[in-house]
Amino acid sequence: MDGMDTAIAILVGTIRAGTPLVFAALGELIAEKSGVLNLGVEGMMLVGAVAGFIATVLTGNPYFGILAAIAAGILLSLVFGTLTQVLLTNQVATGLALTIFGIGMSAFIGLDFVGTPIEGLKPIPIPFLADIPIVGPLLFNHDALIYFSIVMFALVSWFLFHSRGGLILRAVGESHHAAHAIGYSVVKIRFLAVMFGGAMAGLAGAYLSLVYTPQWAENMTAGRGWIALALVVFATWRPGRVLIGAYLFGGITILSLHVQAVGYDVSSHLVATLPYLATVIVLAMISRDATKIRLNAPASLGKPFHPGA
Amino acid sequence: MSTSQLELKGITKQYPGVLANDAIDLAILPGEVHALLGENGAGKSTLVKIIYGVVRADAGEILWNGAPVHIANPSQARALGIGMVFQHFNLFDTLTVAENISLGIDEAHDLKVLTSEIEEISERYGLPINPHQHVHALSVGERQRVEIIRCLVQDPKVLIMDEPTSVLTPQEVEKLFETLQRLSSEGCSILYISHKLEEIQVLCDSATVLRGGKVTAHCTPREETPKSLAEMMIGSELPVCKRDGRALEGETQLSLHGLAIPSPDPHGTDLNGIDLTVRKGEVLGIAGVAGNGQKELLAAINGELISPRSDMIRIDGEGVATVSPARRRARGLAFVPEERLGRGAVPEMSLANNALLTSYQHEMVSPQGFIDFGHMRDYATRIRKNFDVRSDGIDAEAKSLSGGNLQKFIIGREIMLEPKILVLGHPTWGVDVGAATIIHQAIIDLASRGASVLVVSEDLDELFEICDSIAVISEGRLSPVRPTSETNVEEIGRWMSGQFADATQEVHHAAPA
Amino acid sequence: MLLRLEPRQTSSKWMQYATPLIAAALTVITGVILFTALGRDPFLALYTFFVRPLTSVYGIGEWAIKATPLLLCAVGLSVGFRGNVWNIGAEGQLTMGAICGGGVALAFWGNEGIWLLPLMLIAGAAGGLAWGAIPAILKNRFNANEILTSLMLTYVAIQFLGYLVHGPWRDPDGFNFPETRLFNDYGLMPVLVEGTRLHAGVILAVIVTIIVWIFMSRTFQGFKVQVAGQAPAAAAYAGYSQKGVVLLSFLVSGALAGLAGISEVSGTIGQLQPVVSPGYGFAAIIVAFLGRLHPFGIVLASLLMSLMYLGGESLQINLNLPLAVTGVFQGLLLFFVLGSEVLVRYRIKLTATPKEA
Repeated sequence: MDGMDTAIAILVGTIRAGTPLVFAALGELIAEKSGVLNLGVEGMMLVGAVAGFIATVLTGNPYFGILAAIAAGILLSLVFGTLTQVLLTNQVATGLALTIFGIGMSAFIGLDFVGTPIEGLKPIPIPFLADIPIVGPLLFNHDALIYFSIVMFALVSWFLFHSRGGLILRAVGESHHAAHAIGYSVVKIRFLAVMFGGAMAGLAGAYLSLVYTPQWAENMTAGRGWIALALVVFATWRPGRVLIGAYLFGGITILSLHVQAVGYDVSSHLVATLPYLATVIVLAMISRDATKIRLNAPASLGKPFHPGA
Repeated sequence: MSTSQLELKGITKQYPGVLANDAIDLAILPGEVHALLGENGAGKSTLVKIIYGVVRADAGEILWNGAPVHIANPSQARALGIGMVFQHFNLFDTLTVAENISLGIDEAHDLKVLTSEIEEISERYGLPINPHQHVHALSVGERQRVEIIRCLVQDPKVLIMDEPTSVLTPQEVEKLFETLQRLSSEGCSILYISHKLEEIQVLCDSATVLRGGKVTAHCTPREETPKSLAEMMIGSELPVCKRDGRALEGETQLSLHGLAIPSPDPHGTDLNGIDLTVRKGEVLGIAGVAGNGQKELLAAINGELISPRSDMIRIDGEGVATVSPARRRARGLAFVPEERLGRGAVPEMSLANNALLTSYQHEMVSPQGFIDFGHMRDYATRIRKNFDVRSDGIDAEAKSLSGGNLQKFIIGREIMLEPKILVLGHPTWGVDVGAATIIHQAIIDLASRGASVLVVSEDLDELFEICDSIAVISEGRLSPVRPTSETNVEEIGRWMSGQFADATQEVHHAAPA
Repeated sequence: MLLRLEPRQTSSKWMQYATPLIAAALTVITGVILFTALGRDPFLALYTFFVRPLTSVYGIGEWAIKATPLLLCAVGLSVGFRGNVWNIGAEGQLTMGAICGGGVALAFWGNEGIWLLPLMLIAGAAGGLAWGAIPAILKNRFNANEILTSLMLTYVAIQFLGYLVHGPWRDPDGFNFPETRLFNDYGLMPVLVEGTRLHAGVILAVIVTIIVWIFMSRTFQGFKVQVAGQAPAAAAYAGYSQKGVVLLSFLVSGALAGLAGISEVSGTIGQLQPVVSPGYGFAAIIVAFLGRLHPFGIVLASLLMSLMYLGGESLQINLNLPLAVTGVFQGLLLFFVLGSEVLVRYRIKLTATPKEA
């Protein structure tokens, strides 16, 4: 039974490690589907993490923390939206700027909160279902954000492929000129998509600082924002694959932690490289098929649009 | 006299450096087919974009049924009853026909109801289409039908058609005219934009002629002659190129042998066994409806697309199909791509730098790899002079030139390399008549100096004017090659829709085995 | 009143010089607002940040020292950025350069000679080059996005350095501190000015900058990089190899970042530590843009960025403000640089009467 407990612990750990990636990657997926490449996910996550943490410390209520994180993510995404959509800056460079700014800003405002203990989100067992052996602890005894991540996954999937809004979003991402010519406000739609990406990245950050660790440390996202970006490519812009990919990476993270727990004498530094190496390898494998990428990637991804002409 | 359905008064639009529309007046009666005639760059597209609410006028007034209206965006235009079929289709490749049409409707609607509506309209107006198909799988003609149906589902009072025939075969044009006449008989006004004089005389009840952003005439086309219409449109008669009768007995300089390549574009067309020879002094034209493999053929010849076997493309009998564009250039190939900005020229580089783009093998780079700026600037200056390129010196950025001037520069750059073989994609697309004439003459002159020229174009008038022989590309296959004097627009038009299997056999029989 | 952007027919030459200044000015203004909001005297803070670090010879030496790795990395990155090749892993390549160069110093510990430093420099450049080659090969061979791979490899390189200094390369006499032995004198950059730490790395950086400038502005290969960056289809049409540009960009920027890494450990630190760079590789991205991707602009930009590092330290020491202020300013500066770029290509127009609501 001990082995079973370990297995359940690993799987639950996998879900927890994967959840911030689910949020961040779903948000970026929507932004990219509208044709905007926002490389600032890491920065928005950090600002979300620190804002969520501070709000939780100040109010004592982690749910206020979550709202603060969402607001912070949106705020940063508005900067990105203004620069890329109104001032037509290069999206790659602006995304990098957002990340650099986010790292600096979060370190700055979080300085007094490093090491502050908080009580993170508690699991909410679902009555009856949580008592089922194995399945119960695995699926029905999680914190609110994990349930919410599944709800968001369902919403994003429905929105993209079964709603008119999703149809318009995909159209804008495929050809902003055509969408503009038949009367859609490309800039407005992209702004909204970028804001959604910001909100979700903020949530992802909040998950790290309020549930996963739960504490605040400078640069605590440790590249998860970038892994989320890679996941969107990995998933060839499909929500279902984002979910699978996120848990896969969560699993790699948890397994690498367990390698040491089991007693293998491997340097923690070398083990810590695994998620990054895995990302590189998976990215290379997926991208190999250029046709597949081209069929699925939004055709106007990353291209600037100026409606005046 | 009845009230105009749509009337424009004093419409003016200034773009940086160009007055696109200068106090334009225009009136369309209900059920009338009204031509907006003008050459490339006359301001037709700007004007219709203003009517459709895509572009905002600086001054002027629009009257709808005699009442002034303000059209701020395409939704408002559609709500009034204005539909528009753009020259460059505004369709989304990865979506279905029904989804594309749905995106053009502002009111809430059900996709299933819409689908049956599409089927009904498609039947009634002779516009066959399958609503469930994805747009990337459609031919250009079918795409145009999607655009037209997108307008018709909203029951328009005025339908704007921007250069609709430039992408169609002559037979498809006839079908389109039937549809338009039927619409007009049902009371729908049509604003028909074109620079093709014969079409306007056949189809239109009245016409407004634009030149350089100004109205030069309101007239009834059937009462005019092509000569008088041309006079109004370009201020003079249509110029004709000079060519001498040449005997085409030179040796073959460029040949394709069973050229077959899958398209790298998932929505592209695979090339399927193309055979072709171009002799010294010959101008060979390849006609065809867009999207039938032209892009792939041009890329394969230039070397942007690498062929599976080296001998599929030969220059002077030697296989070059697997070497880089640079190596092909070293053997005497020059190439003018269909896209000017971004491919034929780097938009934000000066003309001088753009001269270097493809002429780097001609003493402009030292053996150590340093650029000879003197040579480069001198070359750019000579191109500018020889080809009458109107620009602000050779330091002007390529993007600041008009389409016609930039095309003269690019073609000049390639021709002044004195290539053995020149391949051109749509050389006068979107170019004004003056520039087109200079370009055509330069192509003919190069051939008479002994070059082999291959022109791929959708413009049949152009091909019949400058080519010694013509073939058609359809679905990645090539028709037989005919001397221009032994074929006609009807035959080429038929071939454009893929019907050349009989002709192929006939040629095979005729050829001594 | 409405603000409207109108495309310029020709990019404004004047604005190309003015925008970095506008961006720097906006950053300072934001700084004033930020310091005031923090309840500090903004002008004292600005003085402490921008002027005070340069009030001594030693300080000026530090200024140049910190500008050196920034300049090396940014000049290298600018080649790729001009070619639309996005190496954002300079920090990792810098780290690998430090590891390889430092590894040479450790390998010959006890029997070194005058040849050691040149060998370390070569090893450092080679290490950065090799680490930079990986994303280039993955891009060319598998079409993998170079932004993501080069960044991921940065994390790997930093962890790898951590592994080495905590494990096999730890100083046997170092009381278990995660550091290597101190390099012998032969493994250290010569100091240029008495009383400062200014070392020969700065000369190296200036020479490299001049070479890159000649390469980009005078050679056909440099022209090809620019065409590939501005119009990839035109490059393909003219027969320039896109893959060649990707590889070249990564090799150059990787090698120069590696050089920055070894210059930093052999010139400033003197040993390998778990952290050999306070983010020079990332800051160099900002430097490259602030310098408008032009080698000489980058010299000025690296001096400004270096001053921001010193200013951050000065604020911490003198006004007890957190070091993270530097990061905030860096981000702001890049925002303003990018945002004001719009003035080069567009004209801002005020439309007095919007025609409709």
